[in-house]
Amino acid sequence: MTDTPADRIARATPPAIARRVRGLPDRVIAWIFVAPTIFLLLAVNIFPLIWTIRLSFTNFAANKPNAEVKWVGIRNYTRILTDADTWANMQTTAHFLIWTIFFQVLIGFALAWLINRKFKGNDLVTTLIVIPMMLSPAVVGNFWTFLYQPQIGVVNYVVEFLTGIPADSFSMLGPGGWARWSIVIVDTWMWTPFVMLICLAGLRSIPDYIYEAAEVDRASKWRQFWTITVPMALPFLMLAVLFRGIENFRMFDLVVLLTGGGPGDETLLASIDLKREAFEKWRTGYSSAYAIILFVTVFGLASIYVKALNRVKQR
Amino acid sequence: MNRMRLIPAALAAAIASAGSAQAADLTLCWAAWDPANALVELSKDFEAQSGIKMNFEFVPWPNFADRMLNELNSGGQLCDLMIGDSQWIGGAAENGWYVMLNDFFDKEGISMNAFVPATVTGYSEWPKNTPNYWSLPAFGDVVGWTYRKDWFERPEIQAAFKEKYGRDLTPPATFAELKDVAEFFQGREIDGKTVYGASIYTERGSEGITMGAMDVLYSYGFKYDNPEKPYDMEGFVNSDGAVAGLEFYKSLYDCCVAPGTSNTYMGEGIDAYKSGQVALHMNFAFTWPGFEVDPNVGGGKTGYLVNPAGPNGEKFAQLGGQGISVVANTDNMDGALAYIKWFAQKDVQDKWWSMGGFSCLRAVVEDPNFAKSQPYAQTFLDSMAIVKDFWAEPSYATLLQASQQRFHDYVVAGNGSAKEALDGLIADWTETFQDEGKL
Amino acid sequence: MSAHSVTAASRKAKWVAGILVVLYAVLTLLPLLWIISTSFKSGPDSISYPPKVFFQPTLEGYVNLFTTQARASAEDLATLTPPEAWYDEIAWADGMIIVGPSRFGQRFLNSVIIGFGSTFLSIVLGTLSAYAFSRFRVPLRDDLLFFILSTRMMPPIVVAIPIFLMFRSLGLSDTHAGMILLYTAVNLSLAVWLLKGFIDEIPRDYEEAALIDGYTRFQAFVKVVLPQAATGIASTAIFCLIFAWNEYAFAVLLTSGNAQTAPPFIPTILSVGGGIDWPAVAAAATLFLLPVVVFTILLRKHLLRGITFGAVRR
Repeated sequence: MTDTPADRIARATPPAIARRVRGLPDRVIAWIFVAPTIFLLLAVNIFPLIWTIRLSFTNFAANKPNAEVKWVGIRNYTRILTDADTWANMQTTAHFLIWTIFFQVLIGFALAWLINRKFKGNDLVTTLIVIPMMLSPAVVGNFWTFLYQPQIGVVNYVVEFLTGIPADSFSMLGPGGWARWSIVIVDTWMWTPFVMLICLAGLRSIPDYIYEAAEVDRASKWRQFWTITVPMALPFLMLAVLFRGIENFRMFDLVVLLTGGGPGDETLLASIDLKREAFEKWRTGYSSAYAIILFVTVFGLASIYVKALNRVKQR
Repeated sequence: MNRMRLIPAALAAAIASAGSAQAADLTLCWAAWDPANALVELSKDFEAQSGIKMNFEFVPWPNFADRMLNELNSGGQLCDLMIGDSQWIGGAAENGWYVMLNDFFDKEGISMNAFVPATVTGYSEWPKNTPNYWSLPAFGDVVGWTYRKDWFERPEIQAAFKEKYGRDLTPPATFAELKDVAEFFQGREIDGKTVYGASIYTERGSEGITMGAMDVLYSYGFKYDNPEKPYDMEGFVNSDGAVAGLEFYKSLYDCCVAPGTSNTYMGEGIDAYKSGQVALHMNFAFTWPGFEVDPNVGGGKTGYLVNPAGPNGEKFAQLGGQGISVVANTDNMDGALAYIKWFAQKDVQDKWWSMGGFSCLRAVVEDPNFAKSQPYAQTFLDSMAIVKDFWAEPSYATLLQASQQRFHDYVVAGNGSAKEALDGLIADWTETFQDEGKL
Repeated sequence: MSAHSVTAASRKAKWVAGILVVLYAVLTLLPLLWIISTSFKSGPDSISYPPKVFFQPTLEGYVNLFTTQARASAEDLATLTPPEAWYDEIAWADGMIIVGPSRFGQRFLNSVIIGFGSTFLSIVLGTLSAYAFSRFRVPLRDDLLFFILSTRMMPPIVVAIPIFLMFRSLGLSDTHAGMILLYTAVNLSLAVWLLKGFIDEIPRDYEEAALIDGYTRFQAFVKVVLPQAATGIASTAIFCLIFAWNEYAFAVLLTSGNAQTAPPFIPTILSVGGGIDWPAVAAAATLFLLPVVVFTILLRKHLLRGITFGAVRR
C-alpha cells in the first residue's frame, strides 16, 4: 500500500476528524446518491399504482363523475380472467413479443458480432444503422402504413420486383394472416439497433487476453465463440431482451397506427385492448384491474428473468 | 365510496386558480382538421369586434375523444368552448360538462328553428327529440359519395358499360346500381393504370367501419331500436333488411375495393380518390371542397352523390359534424356566450360557408343562390335532409367499440355471417345497456 | 492493442463482415430514404399511384410545415401584389396565401427543452444511483434495483389518468418542468440499469488509489469514475434522449398549447385540401430526426470506444 500524506494524516488524527478529511462516510453518500432517484420514482409511480389498485375494485367510470361508485370486490378481475377474448389478446401479445425478440436478438447480435470485426468505416455504418430507432413511434406507425399501402406504398412493389408476386394481389396489413407478421417486421426494423448496440457494448467489454489465452490453448474459433464470446456477452444480451420485452408488452401506439388491432381482432394486443377499455369505453375500474393484471404478469416474468440474469452475471 | 368522488372535486377546487388562459381570453377546442383552420380565420372578426383574444386547441382526430373527454371528465379548464363530436352530447349533458343553452337562446332571440332540423337533433338535443339544447349547430357533415365524372363521361367507357349492363352509365341512384358501377370499374384499365370500383370505410381503430356500414344499413331498414320501446333491439338491429344490408356491405368490400383497403377511413379514402385509384368514393362532405381544388380530381372532374337508396327505396345517410358548446367549467362564461351569439349571425354563417365551413343555418343553405354556390352544395343539402346518427348515449363509445369489432370481424376478416355479427351486436349492446341500468 | 494481435480479424473476415453490414444498412435505410424523398415531393406526387421514384423535387412540404395558409380564390389572388419571397411563391402556385407561421416551431422547441432537459436529469440521477448501487452496500440493493426496473412495467396509458390529476394539483400539467420530471422518471430505470452495468466494469483499483491519494469519495467519483464511465454515459444518454424525444402517449394526454412536443403534431399535419399532407409530415419527420442523429454522431466516439475500454480493463 502506498503511503500518501493524506493517509499519514488520517492515521494520526482521531476518527471524527479523519472522516471530515475524507469527506462524508460512504453510507451517507450512498443514500444521497440514491435518494433523489427513489424519491422521484415513488412520487411518479407509486401514487398512480395505489390509485389504480384502489380503483380496480370499483365500478368507477371516469366519464361519469356523478355516478355512485361501488365496491365490486374482485368482480373486475374475475370478469377479465374468465373472458375468452382476454386470453386471445394475450396470445396475440405473446406472438408479437416472442417473434420480435427472436428476430431482434438474432439480427442484432449477428450485426454486433460482424461490426466487432472492426472493418474500416464500421463506426460510420453503425451510426447509420441506429437511425430507425431514433424515429418517433407515431411517425413510424404512420409511415409504414403508407409504405404497406398496396397501391401507393412501396413495399408491395418491392416484393413484386423481387419475387414476381403481383403487387396488387396481397395486402400486408389486411386479411390473409400477414398482419401479425407485418407488425413484427416494423418493430424489428425499428428496434434491432437497440439490441445491436447493447450487444456491441458487451462484445467490446470482452478483454483480448481471454482470446489470446484461448489461442494459446489452440481452441478453435468456433469453440472460442461458444465458450468465450457468447457467455461473456450474455449478460448484456439478456439486459437488451429484458428491456425490449418490457417495452413491447406495454407498447400500443405503433400497432394502433398500423392496424388498429385489425383485421378483426388479429393484431389486438392486450395493451391496445386496455387502452380501449380505459380511454374509449371509459371503464376505469375495469381497465385498472386489467392494468394490474398486465403489470403483475410482467412483474412476475421479469423477476424470474432478473434472477436468471443475476446468476448469469455471477458466473 | 363518497370520499372517492371527492378526490377529483377537491383537486379541481385546489387548482381552480391555475386556469391556463387569462380570464379575458377564450380557448376553443376542436379536432385538428381543415375546417378548424378556416374557423381560426373566421374568428379574427370576432377578436376585432369584441377585443377578446381567441386561443385554439386542436387535437388530431385519432386522439380527439381521448384527450378532450379526459379534459372534461377531470373538470379541466383548458377549454371554454368545445366543438365536440355529436355522440358526446348524451354524456356531456348527463354529467354536466356543457352548459344548457335554452335560457341563453331565449334571451338572445336565437331560435333553433333557424337551423337545419337534422343538425339540431343530431348536435344539440339531449335527450333526443326534446327541446333541451346543449350546443349550437356549428359544422354540418354527412356521408355521401364522390365519383369520377370525367371517367363517367368518356364515350368508350359509356359504350362498354351499356354493352355489359344494357343501360346507360349514370351516377347510381340505388345501392344495387352502385355495386354494378363499382364492379364495372374494378380492375379496368384507365389511362394505363388499373383502377378499382370504390373506396369505402373499413377502419378498425376508431369508428370508420361503423360509419361506413351504418351508412348503408339505414337504407336497408336497419333501426337501432323499437320506436315504440327504447332499447328493444331484437328484430330491428338484426332485421332481415339489416342482415341484407351488412351482406351487401361485405359484398361491396369483396368485389369492388382496391386490394389492401382493410383499414380505410377519411384520410385513406381521400388519398385513394385523389391518386386516381377509384371511380366511386364514400366520405364525409367536409372532404369535398378539397377535391374541387385538387390538381388531379378538381376542376369539374368530380361529381357528388347523395347516398343511394336501398332495395325498398328508403334513403338515409350517416350524420357527421358537430355543434359548439360552452364548457360548464369556463371562467369566462360571458365571453363564451358572446362568441356563440356572434357565430349564430347570418353574415358570419355566410362567410363560414364561403370559407369551406358547412353552415347549418337555414337562411344560408336555403338561400336561392346556395345550390349554385358550389358544385357540391345541392348534394350536401339533400344529404342533410336524410341523416341518421349512431347512438348518442353516454356509453356511446362502448357501443361503438362493439360495432367496430363485430363489423370488422365479419366484413374484413370474413368470420361468421352477417346474422351472427348483428346478433352478437345485440348481445354486446344489451350488456352495455344493462350495465347502464337502462335495461 | 497491437495491429498483429491474434484476435484481430483477418482481412478477408473484415471484408465479408463489412459487406454484410453495409447490405443490412442499405436495406434498413430504404424506408427512411422513402420518407426523406417524400418530403421533397408535391402533394399529388406523394400519393401517386403507382408510387414515383423519380419526381420533380419541391420544397412545398417544408413550406407547408412551417406556415399556416389560407385558400384564396382566383379573384383574391388577382387583387394582391405578386409574392416576392420564394416561400410565398410556392404557396401562391397552389392558390394559397401564407397567413402566418405554423405551430411546428414552438412544438419543436418544446421537444428540445423537454428532451434534452430530461435526458440531462436522467443521466445525473442515474449515474449517482448506479454508482451507489455498484460501489456501496446499499441495504436491500437488489430489491431497490428491481423496484426501479418495475416502474417501467406499468402500462403508461393507465397511469396517465392519475398522473394527469396529480400534475394538475401540483400545477405541473402542461408545463415543461412536469414533462421533464415525468420523462426522467420513465427513463431512470433504463439509465440506472445500463449505467450500473458500465460502472461495474470499471476496476475499483483506480478509485481506491485516488482515495488513498487523499481524494474524497465525491472527488474520486467525479475525477476518476466519471471519465471512465463516459462511454456508458454517452450511450445511455442517447437511449434516454431517444425515448424523451419521441414519446407520444403522455404528450398527447398531458400537454396542450404550452408544453406539447412535436410527436403528437407530426402525424396529423393536414393539407389545406383535406387529407394528410404527406410531404409536410415527411418533412417534419426528417427535420425532427436531425437533432437526435446529430447528438448521436457527436457522441459516436464515446458510443463506440469500447476498444480503449477493453484496454483499460486489461
